[in-house]
Amino acid sequence: MTDTRRRLVLIGHGMAGQRLLEALTDRAPGAWRITVLAEEPRPAYDRVHLTSWFSGTTAADLSLWPAGFADEHGIDLRLGDPATAVDRTARTVTTRSGATVAYDALVLATGSRPFVPPVPGHDTPGCFVYRTIEDLQAIRDRAGHTRVGAVVGGGLLGLEAAGALREMGMETHVVEFAPRLMAVQVDDGGGAALRRRIEELGVVVHTGVGAQGVGSGADGTVDSLTLSDGRTLAVGMVVFSAGVRPRDELARACGLPVGERGGIVVDAACRTADPHIWAVGECARAADGRVYGLVAPAYAMAEAAARGITGGEGSFTGADLATKLKLLGVDVASFGDAHGTGDGALEVLYSNTREGVYKKLVVAPDGRLLGGVLVGDAAAYDLLRPLAAAGTPPATPPEQLVLPTPEGGPAGPVALPDEAVVCSCHNVSKGAVRAAVSEGGCADVAAVKRCTRAGTGCGSCVNMLTTIVRDELAAGGTPVSRGLCEHFAHTRAELFEIVRVKNVTTFSRLIDEHGTGGEGCDVCKPVVASILATLNPRLGNSVHILDGEQAALQDTNDHFLANLQRNGSYSVVPRVPGGEITPEGLITIGEIARDFGLYTKITGGQRIDLFGATVDQLPLIWRRLVDAGFESGHAYGKALRTVKSCVGQTWCRYGVQDSVALAIELELRYRGLRSPHKVKAAVSGCARECAEARSKDFGVIATSAGWNLYVGGNGGMTPRHADLLLTDADHATLLRTIDRFLMFYVRTADRLERTAPWIERMDGGLEHLRAVVVDDALGICDELDALMARHTETYEDEWRATLEDPERLRRFVSFANAPGTPDPTVRFLPERGQIRPALEHEAVAAG
Amino acid sequence: MTGSLVEIEIEPGAGGPWRAVCAYHDLLPGRGTAVLVDGRQIALFRDRGGEVYAVGNRDPFSGAHVISRGLLGSRGATPVVVSPMYKQAFDLRTGACLDEPAGPGGEPAALPVWRVRLTPPASGCAGDVAPPNGGAHRPETTPS
Repeated sequence: MTDTRRRLVLIGHGMAGQRLLEALTDRAPGAWRITVLAEEPRPAYDRVHLTSWFSGTTAADLSLWPAGFADEHGIDLRLGDPATAVDRTARTVTTRSGATVAYDALVLATGSRPFVPPVPGHDTPGCFVYRTIEDLQAIRDRAGHTRVGAVVGGGLLGLEAAGALREMGMETHVVEFAPRLMAVQVDDGGGAALRRRIEELGVVVHTGVGAQGVGSGADGTVDSLTLSDGRTLAVGMVVFSAGVRPRDELARACGLPVGERGGIVVDAACRTADPHIWAVGECARAADGRVYGLVAPAYAMAEAAARGITGGEGSFTGADLATKLKLLGVDVASFGDAHGTGDGALEVLYSNTREGVYKKLVVAPDGRLLGGVLVGDAAAYDLLRPLAAAGTPPATPPEQLVLPTPEGGPAGPVALPDEAVVCSCHNVSKGAVRAAVSEGGCADVAAVKRCTRAGTGCGSCVNMLTTIVRDELAAGGTPVSRGLCEHFAHTRAELFEIVRVKNVTTFSRLIDEHGTGGEGCDVCKPVVASILATLNPRLGNSVHILDGEQAALQDTNDHFLANLQRNGSYSVVPRVPGGEITPEGLITIGEIARDFGLYTKITGGQRIDLFGATVDQLPLIWRRLVDAGFESGHAYGKALRTVKSCVGQTWCRYGVQDSVALAIELELRYRGLRSPHKVKAAVSGCARECAEARSKDFGVIATSAGWNLYVGGNGGMTPRHADLLLTDADHATLLRTIDRFLMFYVRTADRLERTAPWIERMDGGLEHLRAVVVDDALGICDELDALMARHTETYEDEWRATLEDPERLRRFVSFANAPGTPDPTVRFLPERGQIRPALEHEAVAAG
Repeated sequence: MTGSLVEIEIEPGAGGPWRAVCAYHDLLPGRGTAVLVDGRQIALFRDRGGEVYAVGNRDPFSGAHVISRGLLGSRGATPVVVSPMYKQAFDLRTGACLDEPAGPGGEPAALPVWRVRLTPPASGCAGDVAPPNGGAHRPETTPS
C-alpha cells in the first residue's frame, strides 16, 4: 500500500529538533511521514545537563528519545547520516551516505558549532570543544594523561567546563577576554563576587587576556597555552568554549537568506523565505533579529514551527533571558534589564565581599522592578523574577528582598502581586493559584498542580507554590489537618497512644474502630506496622514483622527484609556491630558475593552492602550469612541502622575510652528497634571525634571522666550537629538515658521525623527533653525503661526467623506460578570488574 | 473459597479464554503476588475484603517489574496499588495512574488490566506456564 501522507524531513536531532517532533506528533498524530537526519551517533539528548555526565549521569540518562517513540509515530531516524545539500526546486535532501529524501515540509534544526579562535595550534591533539557526549569522552580520556587544563572562555559554558575539569581533579585555569566572568549575564560587581568564590575553589582565573597560541611537546600533544599578555601556562589540555556560531551553511548553500552575523532568517512563525522550509533553535535568526542560545527560546520556536506546519498560527517574537544556575557550586542569576540600560533606571545594591555575595536590583523611578543580578545567593530569584515581569510597583519594596534575613524573616510569596507569574513553565500566576484554592476547591498542592499545571514543569516553584496554597487555605479558614492520611485523623503519636492504651493488636481493628475504614494506604500501613512492632512484644504477641496481618502493612523493603534497587533487584546488608569484623567474616561475605555474583560496596555506616540479589536468591544468601554468624543489619527498616565507631583507646594513641566495645554494646542493645524514621549512632574514643558522632541521632564522645552524650544530629539534605545532653556520664547512666531518649522518640515523634526536627518541635526543646528523660518530669521513665527492656529481651534475627518458617519463605519467589524462575527483566552488565543493572533498552549478551 | 483457583482473561475484553494462574491461597491478604503468563508479568492483589485484581507488573516510571511488591490501599472509594519505586498510586480497576498522567518519556502511565474470576480447583490447572528463558542473566566478571 502506498503511503500517501505528506513527508516531513527534520535536519538535526538536538533538543530543538526533538521538541519539534513531540509538538508535531502531539498536534497531528500520524499525519506526517517523518524522516530525521542526524549527524551525531545517538538520538537527541539533554545538552543543558551535559556536565552531569562527569558525575555519573549516563548517556542513557541524558537521552530525550523515549523508548517506543519512533515506532509509535513511524519516525525514520537516521543516525550518523547528516544532510549535505538541499535542492529546493526538486524538494529533496541529500545525505552524506548518498541517500536522497523528498520532503513537503523541511525543518532545519542544525544547532550551532562551538567557536574556536583561530590561534596557532588550536587543532593540536589535546584541544577540545564542549558540546557533545563525544567531546566529553575525549576530555575525560585526555584527563588521564595530564594534571593541568585551561578553559578558554569565562561565560556560562566555560565555567561549566571548568567545573568538569576541577571535578576530575585537575588544576584548572579559566581565560576570559572580557574584563569579568559571565560578561553577558552579570555586571562588574557580580563578576568580582563570582571570581572570588570560584578562586576559593582553587580555579585560577585570568580576565582581560586572550589565548595567543597553543604549544605542543615532543609527543605532538598540547603542553602549553600562551596568553595575550605574554605569559605561558603549562597545561596539557585546552577546552575552547568562547561562544557558538549558528550552523547555517546548508541554508546558505541553497540560497536561503541568513543574518549579517549568521543565523537562518525566519519570521515569527519560524518559517524561512521558502514557504516549505522552517528553521528552529540555535541555527535560526528569530523575528526580533536575535540568535538565541538557550533552551527555552529553542523550545518556544519548535512549538511555533509545529503549530505553523500543522496549519495553526505559530508565533515566536522573543524570549525572556532570565537565568538561574549553579556554576562550580556558586549560585548565579540574572533577569530582566540586568545591566540597567533602560531610561532613568536606578540601582539598589547589596554587596558582601567577605561572604562572596553580590545582589543588584535595577528599579524604575516609580518603584517598579526592572531586573537584577544575584551572585552567591540567588534565593530571592524565584520571587524577584515574577515581580520584574509583573510590571507594577510591588507591595514590598524589592530592596528588602535582597537584604540578608530582614526583620521577621524573609518576605515570602505573600509579597507577590496576584499577576506575578509563579510557574514560568506553564505561565501560571499567583492569582490563578489562589483562585484554584479559594474558588476551584483545591485542598492541597497536588490538587492545585492537577488543576493549574503549575509546578509540573521544572518543579523549581513547588516550594513557593506550597507556601501560597497553605496561606490561602489558612486565609479561607480551612483547618489544615494534622492527620496522617485520609484514613486516620490522628498523628503517629496519637495512634501510638491509642494502640498502647487499648491494646490494639491488628491494623483491621485500628482502622475499623479509630479510622475511616477502607483499605488503608502506603502512609498509614507502615506507620501502624512500626507501632505494632514496638508494642506487640509487651503484650506477648509475635515479634516477627512478617507474621499474620502485619505482613501486609510493611513497606516493600521491610516485606522482603532487603533494600529495593532501581531495577527491581535487592541489596543485602548484614549487621557488623560497631564496624568490627574478623578476617574470617570478611572472607565469608566476599565468598557469598562472589558465589552469587553480587556487587559489593562499603557503606558509610562501616558495613558492606551486597547488591543485585533477586527475590529468589534472598533466602539462599541469608542462609549462608546466618550460618556464618551474621544477622540482619536492618538497612531496609525505619529502625536502628548502625553504631559507628573509631578504633578507640585499645589501638589509638589518643583514645581515652574503648569506643569500639561501647559501640558494639549499643548496637546489640538497640538492634531491631522500629522507629518513626531511621536512627543512626556513633561512638568516638576521644574529642577528636573520628566517628563523627555529632552527625548522628545519638552520639557518644569519650572524655577522661566518662562519656558525653549528644542527641538530635543528622547528615543528609539538612545536616545538623547533635546537642549535648549528658556530660561525663558513667556507663549505667549513659545506657539508661539513651534507652529513654529512644523510647520517648519512638512514642512521640511524627511519621518520618528524624530526632532533630522532633526535638525542635518540642515545646521547650532540648531542655524539655532533658526534663523528661533525665529528671523524669512526666513520670513516664519507668514505662519507657520497661518497654526498652522488653524490646531487648524479645529481639530475634528476622532473617533467621524467616528461614526457619516455610510459611514465611513462601513469598520469596518472583512468580507464584513459576517458583524457581527469577524475574527475566532483572539483567546486569559488567562495569569496573563488577555488575551493574542493565537499563531496559540495553542488550545483554547471551551467555 | 480457599481451594479456589484464580483465573484471568488472557485477551482483555475478548470474553476469554480464561487461564488459571495460581491458587487463591497463594495470595496474601492485603498484598500483591506476581505471576508469569506467556512471558508477560502480571501482578495480582487480594484486598481486605477478598476482592482480587490483576494489573501489569511493570512500573512505567522506573521500567522495573515491581508493581506486585507495592502496598495495597484505597483513595476514597478507589482501590489502589502504590508503586514501591517512586510511590505513584494506580487504580486497580482501570490501571490509571492517579498522580502523574505520563511516564518519563511522555507515554501514558497506565497499567494494563485483566479481568479476574475465581473457580473451583477441578476446572482449571494452575502452574502450567513455562518461563520464557533462563531468567536473570549475569555477565562474567573478571577480578581487577
